[in-house]
Amino acid sequence: MRELTTSDMFWLLFAARWTIALTVVSILGGSLLGAIIMVLRVIPFPPAKAVAILYINLIQGTPALGQLFIVFFGFGVFGYDVSPWFAATLAFSLYSAAFLGEIWRGGVHAVPHAQWEASASLGLSTLQQLRYVIIPQAFRLSIPPTIGFWVHLVKNTSLASVIGFIELTRAGQIINAATFRPMTVYLTVAAAYFVICFVLTQLSARLEGSLRVAR
Amino acid sequence: MSLVEIENVHKSYGDIEVLRGVSLRIEEGEIVAIIGRSGSGKSTLLRCINGLEPIQSGTIRFDGQQVNSADTDLRKLRQKVGIVFQSFNLFPHLNAERNITLGLTVVKKMPPDEARTIARKVMTQVGLEDKLDAYPDMLSGGQQQRVAIARSLAMSPKLMLFDEITSALDPELIGEVLTVLAGLAEAGMTMMLVTHEMGFARNVAHRLVFMHEGEIWESGAARAVLDDPQTPELKSFLGSVLI
Amino acid sequence: MDYTFRFRDVLREQDLLLEGALVTLQLSGVSIVFGLLIGVLGAAMKTGHYAPLRRIAGVYVEIIRNTPLLVQLFVVFFGLPSIGIKLGPMQAAMITLSINLGAYTTEIIRAGVEAIPRSQIEAGMSLGLSGGEVFRYVILFPALKKIYPALASQFILLLIATSIVSQIAAEELFHIGAYIDSRTFRSFEVYTVITAMYLVMALFFRGAFAAIYHFVFVRR
Repeated sequence: MRELTTSDMFWLLFAARWTIALTVVSILGGSLLGAIIMVLRVIPFPPAKAVAILYINLIQGTPALGQLFIVFFGFGVFGYDVSPWFAATLAFSLYSAAFLGEIWRGGVHAVPHAQWEASASLGLSTLQQLRYVIIPQAFRLSIPPTIGFWVHLVKNTSLASVIGFIELTRAGQIINAATFRPMTVYLTVAAAYFVICFVLTQLSARLEGSLRVAR
Repeated sequence: MSLVEIENVHKSYGDIEVLRGVSLRIEEGEIVAIIGRSGSGKSTLLRCINGLEPIQSGTIRFDGQQVNSADTDLRKLRQKVGIVFQSFNLFPHLNAERNITLGLTVVKKMPPDEARTIARKVMTQVGLEDKLDAYPDMLSGGQQQRVAIARSLAMSPKLMLFDEITSALDPELIGEVLTVLAGLAEAGMTMMLVTHEMGFARNVAHRLVFMHEGEIWESGAARAVLDDPQTPELKSFLGSVLI
Repeated sequence: MDYTFRFRDVLREQDLLLEGALVTLQLSGVSIVFGLLIGVLGAAMKTGHYAPLRRIAGVYVEIIRNTPLLVQLFVVFFGLPSIGIKLGPMQAAMITLSINLGAYTTEIIRAGVEAIPRSQIEAGMSLGLSGGEVFRYVILFPALKKIYPALASQFILLLIATSIVSQIAAEELFHIGAYIDSRTFRSFEVYTVITAMYLVMALFFRGAFAAIYHFVFVRR
């Protein structure tokens, strides 16, 4: 047991960079796959829709913690050892894809049906309709809930601590184990998350307000 | 004593004064149509009469009772003043019969059987006796508005207020609602209606009030006011609406 | 690939697994009841006329919604004892989950109340209904209908999120999984089975909530 020092606190807060890095990489991966999920979900081809719905239900119906463990230990099954960082970014990308795909589908469905008819009348293919007419309109509507999901993801990256990835929460556990000052340490960790999430929440609220006015 | 006595009423929303010293009396059995541009204060005036909008100064008396007084039980007063809104405002989770009997059973504590008898009677009066079980979203706009009229009528009010009740309707549905109003007029109901239907105002209303910028600009017998407008404001208003 | 799947080692522990699932359901049930009570209270404060209460409710909602459940759990379970409040893992789990859910239900209920058109209230008042009667006959049912789907999905999210309390050794399903893992060293199989069990529970309750909605709110 030793005293909690300023440099401990500094190290702790600095671990936020790994929380942010994990979030950002997962958002990037999740957005790519999420876009595919969204397209599968809205094109008029039932098997594609079924695959997308199955995927979304699997991810949204199970604990992120379980998904994390399955990915982490799953590679062992095939004889590969992967780092916690790799497992966490992969698991959270797969996780994000389901949520983002569903959010964006909601945005696409909010665009009036007449827009599909009008663009089809111009002879555009389904993907062209999405690309040039529907998605540009759905995009604005989807921004606030998308940022809302980012907040959710920032918080959920704390679960990566469980497989030993050193981000904010894991850093808190390490410092606490050495100094045993749980209240100070975990409230500091909570405050760090709060700052990151609150900034995003405010941004989302502001965008929601301005988008409503602009329409 | 007149049924409605409005004296020098002022009302503002923040900095905007919507009623600037309005005075008006309405006798029992009288039908008064209020016309004017949007924003002239005509709907606000109507809503002040049953206390939906508070006023800053002046007095409003209904049936001898002051509306704008802390001592007045607005619940009692509102039972005697029916109001029908532009957007129908039927309760979406209740069928037509329950929309009508709600006030009777809850406010007037009437036994359900008696309330249902009244519901049937007023629905017959508006020509919808076969729609008692229908929910609002199963009815056309015109039918919904007729149920809303029946709902007010069921409370046997002494005065009925109509706030642009045909403005949200498709043109082909306006007639059926106006027919119901004409029936009420014939039965001697005291009515105040804010309307854009000039033909109807001319034929049914006894008196016509033209409001402009929060004031009563012109008033008098309906035909006289419409045929011989005295002020440029009314002339221009009449010129801008189709008669 | 020379790995042999040994699901049987895991499934042999079915009694333990079912017991864990039962604890998960109990934990969810208790947290939903208390979370809902907190939510009603929070929404009443947030939509009320008294500014200090509005602010308190607002701060509560923002703090909870902008911090991870895992860290909230650590503060309650590891932090509170240092100021003299000692809680067992199960107590800490129930308290944290209730407080966490309460913040989300506060927002859902508040949005439902605020979504009721002013014109409906006016129409009720114009019939002579009192404030309480307007609430009971005009507002309540449509508002419940409106917030029910959001509440139901929040409850399912909570059911899934209870897995996180395994990290303070509360003995629900996920913790049982870790226990079986420590005895069998079949991590992949264990967590696949556990995760599938959450899926079954989530899908069951989603179906049940939809059936309740249909039964209560859809007119026949």
